Amino acid sequence: MTSPLQQKLKVTGPVVVTANRLGDGAVVYRSADGSWTKDLAAAAVVTTTPAAVDLLTAALADKLKAVDAYVAPVELTPQRVLPGNLRERIRFNGPTVALPGER
Amino acid sequence: MYIYDDFDRTLVDERVREFRDQVARRLSGELTEEEFKPLRLMNGVYLQLHAYMLRIAIPYGTLSSDQMRMLAHVARRYDRNYGHFTTRQNIQFNWIKLEELPDAMADLARAGLHGMQTSGNCVRNITTDQWAGVAPDEIEDPRIWAELLRQHLTLHPEFSFLPRKFKIALTASAHDRAAVKIHDIGLHMHRNGVGETGFEVMVGGGLGRTPFLGKTIKPFLPKRDLLSYVEAIMRTYNQYGRRDNIYKARIKILVHELGAEKFTREVEEEWQSIKDGALALDPTVVADIAARFRYPEYEALEDNPPELAQARADNRFRVWLDNSVANHKLAGYAIVTLSLKPAGGPPGDATAQQMDAIADLAERYSFGEIRVGHEQNLALPHVAQRDLPALWRSLEEIGVATPNVNLISDIIACPGLDYCSLANARSIPVAEEISRRFKDLDLARNLGRLHINISGCINACGHHHIGHIGILGVEKNGEEYYQVTIGGRADENAELGKILGPAVPYGEIADVVEDVAAAYLELRDRPGELFIDTVARVGVDPFKERVYAAR
Amino acid sequence: MRLVKAGRIIEDRFVRVLDDAPVPEGVAAVLPATRLLADARDLVLRQAPTGVIWPNDRKIAELAPYLDWIALVALVFPTFRDGRAYSQARLLRERYQFRGELRATGQVLRDQLLFLHRAGFDAFEVTKDSDAATFAEAVHRYSVFYQPTGDGRGSTLTARRARGPSPVIQNPREYAA
Repeated sequence: MTSPLQQKLKVTGPVVVTANRLGDGAVVYRSADGSWTKDLAAAAVVTTTPAAVDLLTAALADKLKAVDAYVAPVELTPQRVLPGNLRERIRFNGPTVALPGER
Repeated sequence: MYIYDDFDRTLVDERVREFRDQVARRLSGELTEEEFKPLRLMNGVYLQLHAYMLRIAIPYGTLSSDQMRMLAHVARRYDRNYGHFTTRQNIQFNWIKLEELPDAMADLARAGLHGMQTSGNCVRNITTDQWAGVAPDEIEDPRIWAELLRQHLTLHPEFSFLPRKFKIALTASAHDRAAVKIHDIGLHMHRNGVGETGFEVMVGGGLGRTPFLGKTIKPFLPKRDLLSYVEAIMRTYNQYGRRDNIYKARIKILVHELGAEKFTREVEEEWQSIKDGALALDPTVVADIAARFRYPEYEALEDNPPELAQARADNRFRVWLDNSVANHKLAGYAIVTLSLKPAGGPPGDATAQQMDAIADLAERYSFGEIRVGHEQNLALPHVAQRDLPALWRSLEEIGVATPNVNLISDIIACPGLDYCSLANARSIPVAEEISRRFKDLDLARNLGRLHINISGCINACGHHHIGHIGILGVEKNGEEYYQVTIGGRADENAELGKILGPAVPYGEIADVVEDVAAAYLELRDRPGELFIDTVARVGVDPFKERVYAAR
Repeated sequence: MRLVKAGRIIEDRFVRVLDDAPVPEGVAAVLPATRLLADARDLVLRQAPTGVIWPNDRKIAELAPYLDWIALVALVFPTFRDGRAYSQARLLRERYQFRGELRATGQVLRDQLLFLHRAGFDAFEVTKDSDAATFAEAVHRYSVFYQPTGDGRGSTLTARRARGPSPVIQNPREYAA
C-alpha cells in the first residue's frame, strides 16, 4: 500500500486520523477530545475532506505525543469501527503471521 | 573476530551518551521530529507500522557468543523474544520503545554492539562473505580491511549527511558470496600479475527502482591506498550526488549520468591530492588493527575422522551433512550453516532461546564465533569435523538444522507489509506458503540450488532483482500483487532478473512459483543443470509460456 | 540565531551586502559569490575585511584565487541534512590552507556542531539560541575520532601508533600488509 504519508487528501468515505505514539511507537488514533487512543472504537470518525483536514491539522500540531499522523480509511459496521484497508488492518491487529516462538 | 580496544569502547559509550541526550530532547519536545529523525536513523532506529525498529550492526557478519547472548537479552528485555537477521548482515528488533532505547543501547555497548549508521544517509554496515577467514578459495581475510574502512567511515564528519545511503561490500574469493556488484562500492581482493594483493574497485551498483551493476573504475588498487581512494569516491559523491530527488540520489545515478569515464576522472583527480597524505595506510596501522583480530587455536586434524565416518550411516545426518556443511580451508574442520528457514516459518528469524542456545553451541564447537549471512542464515565457521554429529543433534533440537540451505525453501525475504511502513505488500506469508509447498526435501533437492528473493516494495531490501526467482510485491487497486522475475544472480556473474509476465494476486503467487519449478524440471537438459543455467540457456519465454498458459 | 566563535556568542562584525547594494567603507562586509567574482579587483583594495557567502553547489576551486585576502568564507547548509558544505570546508582548510574565518550558515543545529568543528568551521550561525548556549558541551561530546581531519584533534590512527602494539591477543595471525 503506497505510504499514506505521500498521498493527497481526498475523503470519499469514513476516515480517522492515526499516528504512532512518540514514546513507544504504538499505533494510536485521534479522538474527538484531542487525545490519542489505541482503541479504534474511541477514535473520531469524519466523512468529509474539510473535517478530515481539521482533524489532521490539529493532530499534526500535537507533535509531542504522536508522530507521522495521517488520514486512514475505516469501515463502519452497525457494531463497530474497523480498519478500512489491509495496511490499517495490519497496523491495528499486528502482523498477519505468527511471531517466532508463538507457533 | 575483532576485539575492541579502549578507543573503540569509548567511542561507543560516547555515542550512547549522546543518543540518550538526543532522545531526552525529543521526548521533551526540544527537538522536532524533523530534527530528530536523521539522528535516530543514524543510530539504526526506524519507526515502522507497529512500533520502533532497532537495527543493530554486526560488522561484516561476525558475532561472538557473548554478543549473541546480549542480542538474546535485548530480545527478551526490550522486545518480543525474537530478532530478524537481514540481507546486510544486521539484526533487527521490531517492537522497541523509544523511551527504552538508551538503556538498550547501553546494554548493547557492554558487548561492543551498537546501531551506529545502520540507517540514514551515511555509510551503512560494511558486509563481506560470511565465510571470510575460513573459505578455502579466499586469498586473505577481507575483514581486516572491512574493519579499517568501518572505523574510518564511522562518525566521519564530512560524510554523515550524504545525498543518500551508502553501502560497501568486500570479498576476497574468486567466487563472490558478498554480492559486491550490487553495492555502491564493491571491493574485490585479488592478486595482480606480480603476485601483489589489491582491490578491484567497483562503483555504482545497487537495486531499488533503478537497479545497476557496479562499474569497475579501478582494476587494481594497492592496499596502501584503500582509505584515500574510498575517501576520494565519497567526496565526489558528497559534492555531486543529486539532492533534488531522493529517487535519483544514490551514487549509481551519478555514475550513470556522468558516465563511468568522467566519474572515474573526477575521483582520480581528487585522489591525486590526498593519496600520499594522512590516509596512506602504512603497515603499522594495518598491523595494529590485525593484531586485535582473534583467530582460533586450531588443532592439527585429519579430514573425515572416525566420528564423522561412522555417523554417515545415519541417513538423516548425511542429508544434513551434504546440504549444510561446507569445506573449511583447514583439514579436519568444517563450516556449518544454520538454516533459519524452517518450513512454513518466517525466514531469517531466531528466538531469544535459539540465540542463547546457538551462543552456547558456538562456544563449545566454534571457538565462540558465529557468522550472519546475507541470505539470512547463520554459520558456525570453525567446527571440527569430529564434532559434526553431536553438533547436528543439538542444532536439530533447536530447529536450525533444516537441510534446505541454498534450496528453493531457503528463501530470502524482507519483512514486508507485516512490519514495514514502506511496503506495498506482504512478503513473509508468501515466503511461508512457498516453503510449505516445497517442504518435501526430495523435491527441494531435486530442484537443486535455487534462490528465491522476495521484496515487499521497490526498495528491494529482499534483493529480488538478483534472485534466481525474484518476487516483487506491488499494489493494484488496494490489493497485493506480485511480479515475478527469473534469471537474476548475485555472484561474480551478477545479473538482474527478467520479468516473467504480468503480476499475479496474492492468492496465486505460490502457484506461480510451483509452475516455474515444474517448468524448470521440464526444460532442464539434465538433472545436474542448475535452474539458473537453464534460464540462461533457454531464456525467459519457455518459462513464460508454461507458467502463463492457463492464466 | 546566534553567532558563536571561539566557544562564545559574539556580535557579528560583518555587514551583509545584498546583491548590487554598495559595499560600505571601512566596515567588514560579506558579499554574495557572484559579487565577489565580478568586483574582486576593487574589493581586494578595501581597507576593511571582506567576506564571501559561497553556495554549496559551486566548486571551491573557483574561490581559490582570492583566499589569500578574503577574511571570511561563509558556507551554506540549506537544511542540516545537506552535507555538501562539509566537503567544501575541508577543502578550504586542508587543500587550500585557508586561515580566515570559516563560518557555517543556514540550518545549523546542536547535533551537527562537532562534525562542523571537525570539518574546519570556526564560526557558527547557530539557528537556535538554546543550541548556541550549549556549544561547549556539543563539541566535547566525543574524545575518540577515527579519522584525521584538519582540525588538529588527534585520531586513533596516530594515537594507536603512539601507544604501540596492543596487548597480545590470543593467537594473533601473522599479517603481511
